[in-house]
Amino acid sequence: MRHGKYPLLLAFLLPPLALYGYFVVSPYAQSFLIAMTNWQGLSPAYEFVGFDNFKRMMGDEYVWNALLNNLWLLVLLPLLTIALGLFLATMLNVGGRGGRSTVTGVRGSALYKVIYFAPQMLSVSIVGVLWAEVYNPRSGLLNSALRALGLDGLAKVWLGDPAYAFWAVLAVMVWANVGFYVVLFGAAMQSVPRDIYEAAALDGASRLTTLVRITVPLLWDTIQVAWVYLAILALDGFALIHVMTRGGPNFSTDVVGLRLYTEAFGDYKWGYASAIGVVMFFVTLSVTVLSLRLTRRERIELS
Amino acid sequence: MSEQTMDAAPATVAARSPQNAPADRPVKPAAGEAGRGRKVFDGTLNVFSHAFLVVWGLLTALPLLWVVLSSFKDDAEILGDPWGLPSALRFDNFARAWTHGNIGQYFVNTGIVLAGSLTLTMLLGATAAYALARYKFFGSRLVYFVFVGGMMFPVVLAFVPLFKIVGGVGLRDTLPGLMLIYTAYSLPFTVFFLTAFFRTLPDAVAEAAYIDGCGPFRTFFRVMLPMAKPGLISVGIFNFLGHWNQYLLPVVLITSDEKQVLAQGLANLAISEGYRGDYSRLFAGLTLAMLPVLVVYAVFQRQVQSGLTAGQMK
Repeated sequence: MRHGKYPLLLAFLLPPLALYGYFVVSPYAQSFLIAMTNWQGLSPAYEFVGFDNFKRMMGDEYVWNALLNNLWLLVLLPLLTIALGLFLATMLNVGGRGGRSTVTGVRGSALYKVIYFAPQMLSVSIVGVLWAEVYNPRSGLLNSALRALGLDGLAKVWLGDPAYAFWAVLAVMVWANVGFYVVLFGAAMQSVPRDIYEAAALDGASRLTTLVRITVPLLWDTIQVAWVYLAILALDGFALIHVMTRGGPNFSTDVVGLRLYTEAFGDYKWGYASAIGVVMFFVTLSVTVLSLRLTRRERIELS
Repeated sequence: MSEQTMDAAPATVAARSPQNAPADRPVKPAAGEAGRGRKVFDGTLNVFSHAFLVVWGLLTALPLLWVVLSSFKDDAEILGDPWGLPSALRFDNFARAWTHGNIGQYFVNTGIVLAGSLTLTMLLGATAAYALARYKFFGSRLVYFVFVGGMMFPVVLAFVPLFKIVGGVGLRDTLPGLMLIYTAYSLPFTVFFLTAFFRTLPDAVAEAAYIDGCGPFRTFFRVMLPMAKPGLISVGIFNFLGHWNQYLLPVVLITSDEKQVLAQGLANLAISEGYRGDYSRLFAGLTLAMLPVLVVYAVFQRQVQSGLTAGQMK
């Protein structure tokens, strides 16, 4: 097995490394250099301007606005998704208490899981187009339901009003992601020994107490992973918003990724756009490291 | 919360006593006011919680059903009666979406790209992961971290240079270009996942294959790869969905309409339908784009769920 190791290594590693280096590593590396130039994209000439792009960004209210929207998403998306996911997963997996002190899942929990998980299958673009139609002020599912219930006052131009567009998009993000975490948390709950829940039930713990005092600490590792993953998702958001609102109305749903895209392919300010990307990279990196740090807890070993 | 704990205290005492009873005998409801109170409390909460499950189920399923139903309606029904059922099954909506809406072309493009990108991703990902998991060599850890480190970068950071690089080799606005780019950007996770998987396979099997006269290449293709099937399926499902749903990369790299993939073409269709007002065609297109994955999901839902969640936890 030892001889003939190098032919295999070369054959197995060179093609993927070449492809990866050329199309992934090199663009990432180059973007850090381009961020230091005033390159205008359409013209081949450019010069190095040091940190000028970053200085300009400090005073660019559009970038700040987009960053602020990302930070709102960063707080709200993980919080809402994880809370809802934990709640639904608890109901599905330990919600039923069949008369005796046994702890079981709710009847039909498999069917619920299949339905909840379905949006995870759909592409961001399908989800975006679908919800743009649901929010359609004239013929959308939402407004016509509100009108049918006699709540005409609540029917809004959801994606066309700066006051509601952000919340409408956030709701779609939560909608699309909750199912995944219901299944993820559900799988983690299955590995918690039943007798812990039974003991809690016997001791008269309410469902809320059980959730907060038993489930959350035991699932902490999973919740931590979910938090980091959702945080990264919240710092991106480009695809869904590009489909649904293009950052409008009046920049109320603009995010950093979309700002970069607009600067790069709308205004051809390639240097400036790359600088925005570099900032985005460092923000994502520090948020990931921070959330891993902040959520670190002593791990509870089962069995 | 404290109120509940207080309330539950007598029930605790009552409920503990039958613990010594044989397990198969039903636990008698605790006597007294407190016990009855808990029973009622539990019952109402169950109804409440079940109602919540149903509500979220409706919230998830209704928009999807609505799109499918609307795809059979004509524009007057879509605009005038959004909650009504279609008065007839108008299959011509689908025909119009397929041809005039270009959905057919987008399907073909997506299929071509996926056939290439999935094959390449699995082949290159599995070989690289195998080399990194099985062999120690100078720089092997570095190579591993270069691959895995790619997961930390937001893809938008690469937009500008990637646009230039792909154009430089003449692959911009081509389907083969998209195949290669999808593959390249899928490698970090694929290598990460499969390296971990290959490490769990026992060394002894590879040694035995060697003693039986199997060369290193044959050992990989005939022995190790079949053993890695569960891992390959998980990461394959993950990549299939990722490539099928990819939106960012085609938005930057594909410009001409006849080269677009489904996710991108559908979003553009939605914008142009908004101006032209052909809603039934849009809903039919949406349904066509949605159904294949949902059908695959309905058939393989267990594998899909476990594949995707396993990918997340590794």
